[in-house]
Amino acid sequence: MENLTLIETNQLSIGYSPTQPIAKDISLQIEKASLVAIIGVNGSGKSTLLKSLSGILPILQGDFFLNGKAFKDFTNTELAGLISLVLTKQHFSKNLSVVEFISLGRHPYTNWLGMTSRADKIIIAKAIKQVGVEHLKTKKCDELSDGQLQKVMIARALAQNTPAILMDEPTSHLDMYHKAQVLHLLKNITQETQKTIVFATHEINLALQLCDQIILIHDEKVIQQSPDELVENKALLNLFPKDLIVFDESSRSFRISTKKQT
Amino acid sequence: MKNQFYIFILILVLLLVSLLNLSLGSVHIQFSEVISILMGNASENSSSEYIIIDFRLPKTITAIVVGAGLSVCGLLMQTLFRNPLAGPYVLGLSSGASLGVALLILGGSIFSGLTASFLFSKWAIVFAASMGSVLVMMAVMATALRIKDSMALLIIGLMFASLTSAVVSILAYFSPASNLQQYIFWSFGSLGNLSWNEVGILSLVCFFGLLLSVYCLKNMNALLLGENYARSLGVPIQKNRNLVIVATGLIAGAITAFAGPIAFIGLAVPHLIRQVVKTSNHFVLFPAVIFGGAIIMLLCDSISQLPGSDFTLPINAVTSIFGAPIVIWLLLQKKKMLF
Repeated sequence: MENLTLIETNQLSIGYSPTQPIAKDISLQIEKASLVAIIGVNGSGKSTLLKSLSGILPILQGDFFLNGKAFKDFTNTELAGLISLVLTKQHFSKNLSVVEFISLGRHPYTNWLGMTSRADKIIIAKAIKQVGVEHLKTKKCDELSDGQLQKVMIARALAQNTPAILMDEPTSHLDMYHKAQVLHLLKNITQETQKTIVFATHEINLALQLCDQIILIHDEKVIQQSPDELVENKALLNLFPKDLIVFDESSRSFRISTKKQT
Repeated sequence: MKNQFYIFILILVLLLVSLLNLSLGSVHIQFSEVISILMGNASENSSSEYIIIDFRLPKTITAIVVGAGLSVCGLLMQTLFRNPLAGPYVLGLSSGASLGVALLILGGSIFSGLTASFLFSKWAIVFAASMGSVLVMMAVMATALRIKDSMALLIIGLMFASLTSAVVSILAYFSPASNLQQYIFWSFGSLGNLSWNEVGILSLVCFFGLLLSVYCLKNMNALLLGENYARSLGVPIQKNRNLVIVATGLIAGAITAFAGPIAFIGLAVPHLIRQVVKTSNHFVLFPAVIFGGAIIMLLCDSISQLPGSDFTLPINAVTSIFGAPIVIWLLLQKKKMLF
């Protein structure tokens, strides 16, 4: 039987210093072709978890398996074929054209001259089409809006053609419409390409509607459940202080608190 | 295809500028005679032949190597540090060379431990400059191992430059005027006065540095996305960074040792080239910057000889006079410099 689990962690501790882990006992099972959101309040460790899963940050303790093999046994080059990233606030060269930027996703597969083969070009064209940025191909990254740039960054990860894509707040700085648009795009990608996307987000309302699984980081504890289970178990009720917003179970969304403040 | 065309044009311009550079000088030599001497024909005027073959040709080649080498250093540094203001000077390499030379010329006179003949020999200066560069390079690499942040490395380079200039000032304060003058002449930079042997060594070291750079080019393209992305694309960040530091250290060190500190070429040329070839792909920028750097260095050298007069301006002053306004112009024109 084929193993359906892509990312598996067991009693994982993450953080910047071994004496002060940001979160402990993280046991996750992320399946292939699923859309998984990491949610939590500011500073709860969403980005830290993503960095640990991508190898940017070494894990402090516990087991971490990728495709059934221990993460630490992978070389950089092997990982490049398994995990691609979409990061925020990256200080990258804005002088790159959109197509150059996306083509760099093929970097692990090209020869020492970095030449893209015909097969590479087909994959790149497919990635560009999938996120719908054909009309921007020749523009410089400098000339793009935030929403356009986000799509281009997603296309680059698609061009890398890895079974897993990790994204850090792919919807930050976007307006409400474009937030929904990007998340919808992610959903389509997981369904059409069988890739797994794990992303950190503040868009809890949208994530509850679109994601297969939610990883909730709250009070140094990490739980992974489906949106239905999360609502049933009332796990979201205490996420934020209740003076301003409350979780409304009937609409499965956070709303402004109607209670009079004392 | 467009980029190949640009590079072809750059090569053509380089050939023309080289010929121009060879035919200009304090002694007037007919253009046709220059061509004929270069073709290997004996000239009726043996002094013209001597001037072209033993004086102007080594100088022209030095200018090409210096311009190309420094520009490549600038290009690699700007990508490595993801900072448009980086250049070969940033790592403090030329400050290290300056310190080495200052210790030799100025310090030697204070402690008078060395014999005068060694002190003033050219090879001693080359040796001191190389040692200074290599030591700074090793110091920078040691810090690079501990500090993962490229920005911090950049600041360390700048701090090292200030430290060096302070030590040089102290040495200068206690030095006799003649030694001070010799140091200042070195710091003016000079493309001439290199024998064929010296030109050979300089070219060889730079060629080796360029080979190392070529090996890094693919990873430098990935590095345009930033270190985290590059790592996720399988780039060995640390190894790549060390290779670039060694390559630029070799090139900039050798150039500073033989030609003195030459400012702005490394910083300005990559930006000028990016105005022409509209890409960040290093496989295009690398050759373009080599030819472009050589062209600009040759032009600066031709200007420094003040055609039609006997004076020769310090090359370091000429590159600064042209380089600084170019950088300001780029900043004003594009609002922000891209790398």
